[in-house]
Amino acid sequence: MTAVDETPAVQDASGKPLMTLDGVSQVFDTKAGPIRAVDQANLSINPGEVLCLVGESGSGKTTAARMAAGLTRPSSGQVMFDGTDIWSLKKRDFRDFRRSVQYVHQDPYASLNPTRTIQQTLTAPLLKHGVVKGKQAAAERAYELLTKVDLTPPENYLSKYPHQLSGGQRQRVAVARALTLDPKIIIADESTSMLDVSIRISVLAMLGRLRDELGVGFLFITHDLAIAKYFGWRGRTAVMYLGRIVEFGPTPRIINAPTHPYTRALIDAIPEPDPDLTRTKNAESLRSLEIPSLAHLPPGCAFHPRCGRFEDGLCDGDVPQLIQVRPGQSAACHVVARDGADEPAA
Amino acid sequence: MTVPVTSARAVRGGTGKPLLSIRDFKVEYRTGSGTTVQAVRGVDLDLYPGESLALVGESGCGKTTFGLGLLRLLPRLGHASGQVTFNRGDGTEIDVLGLDGRDLRQFRWRDAAMVFQGAMNAFNPVLKIRGHMHDTMRAHTKATKQEIEERAAELLRLVRLEPERVMDSYPHELSGGMRQRVLIAMSLLLEPEVLILDEPTTALDILTQRSVVDVLHEVRERLGFSMIFISHDLSLAAELADRVATMYAGRIIETGGVRDMFYKPRHPYTLGLIKAVPPIVGDLPDLESIPGGPPSLAALPTGCSFHPRCKFATDECQEVDPPLIPITDEPGDAHDVACIHSDQVHLERRTAS
Repeated sequence: MTAVDETPAVQDASGKPLMTLDGVSQVFDTKAGPIRAVDQANLSINPGEVLCLVGESGSGKTTAARMAAGLTRPSSGQVMFDGTDIWSLKKRDFRDFRRSVQYVHQDPYASLNPTRTIQQTLTAPLLKHGVVKGKQAAAERAYELLTKVDLTPPENYLSKYPHQLSGGQRQRVAVARALTLDPKIIIADESTSMLDVSIRISVLAMLGRLRDELGVGFLFITHDLAIAKYFGWRGRTAVMYLGRIVEFGPTPRIINAPTHPYTRALIDAIPEPDPDLTRTKNAESLRSLEIPSLAHLPPGCAFHPRCGRFEDGLCDGDVPQLIQVRPGQSAACHVVARDGADEPAA
Repeated sequence: MTVPVTSARAVRGGTGKPLLSIRDFKVEYRTGSGTTVQAVRGVDLDLYPGESLALVGESGCGKTTFGLGLLRLLPRLGHASGQVTFNRGDGTEIDVLGLDGRDLRQFRWRDAAMVFQGAMNAFNPVLKIRGHMHDTMRAHTKATKQEIEERAAELLRLVRLEPERVMDSYPHELSGGMRQRVLIAMSLLLEPEVLILDEPTTALDILTQRSVVDVLHEVRERLGFSMIFISHDLSLAAELADRVATMYAGRIIETGGVRDMFYKPRHPYTLGLIKAVPPIVGDLPDLESIPGGPPSLAALPTGCSFHPRCKFATDECQEVDPPLIPITDEPGDAHDVACIHSDQVHLERRTAS
């Protein structure tokens, strides 16, 4: 059932990564005390690669993405782009960086200016950043971009306002806008989660084509592992829980042969679109459904109060480090580290 | 656009007398410009005792309107017509659309209850859970304080919550999954025979969603009520339903047993929905999307409303709006479809492994 042998080789450090998050943390000060929304995360994105970040709400996915996009400065650690710490860049170079990394939000209705036509939405950044010269050239480029995101024929869309479009069409416009500045990385933060199933797949297929044709890398954030599997199959996936990366590896491995009890629980919990299969799935047992507060993290492994494999004295002692458990796959779990990862059931 | 009322359907599938029998059910909304829009366009459906029916389809297909209409919860601009008969356990037949005042209030909660999407909005934010439980019970029964406490605690335990903690909490003090489970417990206070759930797990995290699904499995096994749950999530239908009905543009265009619907769908729209869902187990599947989106109810295409998006469509589909008709002769295996090309529709991709 699993396709581990056919797993495409993921070149880990063979190429030079385009972006690296090096031990980044983000600490927010709140009335309840400091909250570590992201704690010492290490991630890298190679050119044209898809890196999926999955986890439940509050796991720190969006905070990590905002640091990657240069929207917030990490409390500690470094965000490296093209070999340079982005927070050491001069103003102009930082602007170039921001052009190279574009963010596509969850809700295109909120992220598109409702008083601008699609043409204005697309030509404004082109003209502002001097990507093209003159309104005529900008209009032509806008036309081209709409074709790239499958809004054809473009003349049907250019003069429309966001409210005149469907959710899927609006999200395509948001992607077209992200493409105006020829980005090297697109950060897609739950970009398809508001769309209906059938439309979601066509938007993902379009994004996949952009990756292949334009070589754009993706930091793809989703709570939906099935979507991460579909979009990120050839890339890698990091699973986050309460601010930490708990498992990391090639997407097919994470989906078909997860080792961390949390990843296993997530994957087991997802219903399948197949009545016989979904009713015979065995679930990883959990001790509790309560997600601890980030302000009062449990000692040791933050998952231990919920984990079915909890061992007294082992799991509530030190915080487990992310270590390699199989080639290319790492997990932060004391039990897996001690016993080794059992081989995936064939 | 008229849909024949197929009384033949009523005797097919299920066992015995349906609990809820719906014929030519329509819901119209008046619009600001003085026109009306039909959001539900003639639905025939039977719900049998103990059965779990999933209503699936994209947003804007009329699923929620259908659920609200059944319980007479439509906003003022909405109007339901047709025939909805509820067969109470004691043998009385109730004409749901003819109910009013006291009888209508009795029907809701006691006979049929609804669990809404977005649990927070269903609560009064300044009332503790205990207050909600007592209000609901007192409005419908003569139960004593003590009885209400016991009943509420029993149901909260059934949905895996600790009554001692939850009863004294305000809604905002509970997590999303807990609120959803409290709502399920509340909806069952008066032992309704039908529970309607509108997107009961949407907006919940995966593990929380799983706990709500498991709770639904358990309480249904224990209490044996029937349920109609409305969902855009086909995997949830695969998991929870005995029977599935696909809704498109205000009509049911296919209905059948859950295995038939997932392994042998015969309407291009159901097929399209299934092919668009990424499974989590196994290799990377070939997924397909359905081009375009659901039509505006104010400007429906001629003939079959799905024809502009359908790869099986022929000229005939632009003219004929096909009725929902049985396609199987096997007794007890009701599978009805509204498509003139249903014999060409086959799902080849997935086999249960």
